[in-house]
Amino acid sequence: MARKKIREYDSKRLLKEHFKRLSGKELPIKSAQITASTDFTELQEKEPWLSSSKLVVKPDMLFGKRGKSGLVALNLDFAQVVSFVKERLGKEVEMSGCKGPITTFIVEPFIPHNEEFYLNIVSERLGNSISFSECGGIEIEDNWDKVKTAFVPTGMSLTSEIVAPLVATLPLEIKGEIEEFLKVVFTLFQDLDFTFLEMNPFTLVDGKPYPLDMRGELDDTAAFKNFKKWGDIEFPLPFGRVMSATESFIHGLDEKTSASLKFTVLNPKGRIWTMVAGGGASVIYADTVGDLGFASELGNYAEYSGAPKEEEVLQYARVVIDCATANPDGQKRALVIGGGIANFTDVAATFSGIIRALKEKESKLKAARMHIFVRRGGPNYQKGLALMRALGEEIGIPIEVYGPEATMTGICKEAIQFITAAA
Amino acid sequence: MATGQLFSRTTQALFYNYKQLPIQRMLDFDFLCGRETPSVAGIINPGSEGFQKLFFGQEEIAIPVHATIEAACAAHPTADVFINFASFRSAAASSMAALKQPTIRVVAIIAEGVPESDTKQLIAYARSNNKVVIGPATVGGIQAGAFKIGDTAGTIDNIIQCKLYRPGSVGFVSKSGGMSNELYNTIARVTDGIYEGIAIGGDVFPGSTLSDHVLRFNNMPQVKMMVVLGELGGRDEYSLVEALKQGKVSKPVVAWVSGTCARLFKSEVQFGHAGAKSGGELESAQAKNQALRDAGAVVPTSYEAFEAAIRETFDKLVEEGKITPIKEITPPPIPEDLSTAIKSGKVRAPTHIISTISDDRGEEPCYAGVPMSSIIEKGYGVGDVISLLWFKRSLPRYCTQFIEICIMLCADHGPCVSGAHNTIVTARAGKDLVSSLVSGLLTIGPRFGGAIDDAARYFKDAHDRALTPYEFVEGMKKKGIRVAGIGHRIKNRDNKDKRVELLQKFARTHFPSVKYMEYAVQVETYTLTKANNLVLNVDGAIGSLFLDLLAGSGMFTKQEIDEIVEIGYLNGLFVLARSIGLIGHTFDQKRLKQPLYRHPWEDVLYTK
Repeated sequence: MARKKIREYDSKRLLKEHFKRLSGKELPIKSAQITASTDFTELQEKEPWLSSSKLVVKPDMLFGKRGKSGLVALNLDFAQVVSFVKERLGKEVEMSGCKGPITTFIVEPFIPHNEEFYLNIVSERLGNSISFSECGGIEIEDNWDKVKTAFVPTGMSLTSEIVAPLVATLPLEIKGEIEEFLKVVFTLFQDLDFTFLEMNPFTLVDGKPYPLDMRGELDDTAAFKNFKKWGDIEFPLPFGRVMSATESFIHGLDEKTSASLKFTVLNPKGRIWTMVAGGGASVIYADTVGDLGFASELGNYAEYSGAPKEEEVLQYARVVIDCATANPDGQKRALVIGGGIANFTDVAATFSGIIRALKEKESKLKAARMHIFVRRGGPNYQKGLALMRALGEEIGIPIEVYGPEATMTGICKEAIQFITAAA
Repeated sequence: MATGQLFSRTTQALFYNYKQLPIQRMLDFDFLCGRETPSVAGIINPGSEGFQKLFFGQEEIAIPVHATIEAACAAHPTADVFINFASFRSAAASSMAALKQPTIRVVAIIAEGVPESDTKQLIAYARSNNKVVIGPATVGGIQAGAFKIGDTAGTIDNIIQCKLYRPGSVGFVSKSGGMSNELYNTIARVTDGIYEGIAIGGDVFPGSTLSDHVLRFNNMPQVKMMVVLGELGGRDEYSLVEALKQGKVSKPVVAWVSGTCARLFKSEVQFGHAGAKSGGELESAQAKNQALRDAGAVVPTSYEAFEAAIRETFDKLVEEGKITPIKEITPPPIPEDLSTAIKSGKVRAPTHIISTISDDRGEEPCYAGVPMSSIIEKGYGVGDVISLLWFKRSLPRYCTQFIEICIMLCADHGPCVSGAHNTIVTARAGKDLVSSLVSGLLTIGPRFGGAIDDAARYFKDAHDRALTPYEFVEGMKKKGIRVAGIGHRIKNRDNKDKRVELLQKFARTHFPSVKYMEYAVQVETYTLTKANNLVLNVDGAIGSLFLDLLAGSGMFTKQEIDEIVEIGYLNGLFVLARSIGLIGHTFDQKRLKQPLYRHPWEDVLYTK
């Protein structure tokens, strides 16, 4: 399972559509999305309220605290919205240490309001917890003690008995309305395979709940069950997570295969590069370089698993090697080709792709003064390791090769010793 | 959650969704451990029933296959483990069906990608019914010397190297299936080995948790120490921290949480106001490792030091007399699979079929070494495909064109010829296309279309022996053999067969030599002096012209030509060509919805 954040626009779209389906009642939510490809005239025709309402515009980029950052504009007419958006679209901003361009905005009617409520539902292992407070919005952080939480065990619905403590202190005239709202939203949360849903704040318009700021996460492993319900859903990358060309290429390979191929550049000039089999093992290799004090020299995180085909491994390995050898500065570098003991992946078969790539990149590897460290076990590993040793002799690049008799991360220590030894 | 032992040397399982390899691996493990009974009691393959043959050591055994979970549980009431190899789409539903069976106590779910809400339903049901779920996204688990789930621990070589065929003293639990195999190896190297190992799977909400299994191990006297491998993300490790703090775990725990590298990645911002409250930092590997250390677990400073920490903890237990050395046993040898042995060159197995004309290994099929894409890209036709598959070579364009002309000219000759007649009768009897087609094809023989090869043989023999037409014809007559390729029921001297004329014209234009055809014409000239209908027919024309093609193209040795004529390649042309017409007649009758054919009485002479 994988929890994926969705844009505020999609959260509200799903809420509006399915609240009606589940309860028969309409939520008067209105929202529109603006991206670089948006035709403003077309949008205005499609959403007439844009011309008749005062509006709010916010970035829809999976980060919060937008108001405090000067990225939200209130009480505008549409022309002002267009002006505000055009000024900021594509511009880079920094939020909590992450930088990235703003690519998407959400526009909504401006709703003057007095009350700000807080609602949060989170999926937990044994059920779902639902939190509610009368002090929502910016004030939430000063009023955590006023947030009330109830737990609903798996298989149960949100009953009046469970809701009662959450809404106990509300005035009588709105208690029923909000209680009903919480129940339907909870049902919707379960029905659509949300894992997280937050409205901070929601207010009351004509006595009816209206979410102002909203955030949601879906379980994307439930996509096969929900593709009709979710409609045209988007799972954006986390804010600030801008992939380089090489990372995008691998991401594309990963999406086309049933295997797993992951690649992240950490330090393009790093002198220790990894290419590791297995999701669990690859993290440990990166950990170990860091834990032994050489995090700053770690060039990348890379992982392959799930028995990729030789051709896929070849393309993947080419990218890793190109990045590892991109900055030949006379200093020695290490390539760690590691992995645990496979359960059923044929080691020699996956190594074949890597070996082809290493042959192709022989001159680059030499120019970068690359030393290669290999460790692997599992089905057909003897042949795989023998192929690696033979390759080292064939292309004249030192390749240290180990099987399961060596510790998995021993080659990390060797790689560190190699790059730190006197030239 | 069960309090202790899950498996034993007599544990039996039901395997959902037939996968030959993991089942065979389980049976090989059973044999290696000296189990008397196989651990797989039955297989559930929805919609199937019967048996699957597998090996238990040297013997082949038949394991029952059941169509439903309910039927399998009823047939095997002592099998209390359900191993689910269903895909992510159906894994949850089949697992729930299994949990609801009174005989099933443990369910292992191999699939990755099971929706979170479905897993939670399984967890809730298992908890309220005191059952155990391992997974989803698990490779499984193992009790050394007793029971193995699916692919756990990988190859037999690895199992032997990790001494999993006999019990040790260490209980191991991990989130990662791949790293489980690695740790079995490490633990075997520095301790007396694994007693039980469980991979709970990498999902956010595992069916059973790290602490669930540690507490089980704590209750099992055979387990003297525990090794735990966690991961960043989630809060599962904290329930173990709580258990340690509360003194619920009395045996040493050596733990490591991987993911210390996460700080190297640019961190995501805190999201919204609730983010400030959620324990983002608590989920980091560093925080978890520190919390475990503070709670009393042995936690090294890096994974690299994990092995040493395990060794020290084990050695201390031995010094304190809490662990007695294990008497080593030698596991029985397991015969190697034939396919594996062949692949590694240990045995030679004779093949049963030889193919020289086509090869479907590799990227695409090849006809006589020519890739299919090449055939399409070069604009080859049916004649070229025939030259490759029948003659195993690419022939010059005029040869392949001649082949195609033969096919076109012989495709059909009306509904009254015997083959077409038989096809039509069969089609009108309501038979399917293939039956109707073969009715016509089976009519092909010495008197209908099957004379090409004989014509070629006799014309070739006579010509090569330099017999005059008189000598050839009279010689055959003396032997009582009809001259194949001569004679037609309808065509005669004054009404020549157009097909023959077309073939001859093409050959005179394109063939380097037409000596056999010329000889056949001379024979025809002689036979026409005897009777008006003794003309060269289409069989004779094709037979003689094909001899010219073989001899004149320079593509065949004399030996090859002799072999082609001897084997009888040429009737194949008629069979292939006439198939087109016979299929057409079948479609025609069916299109016209023609009723059963009954031959009219008046056309039969009833007599004594």
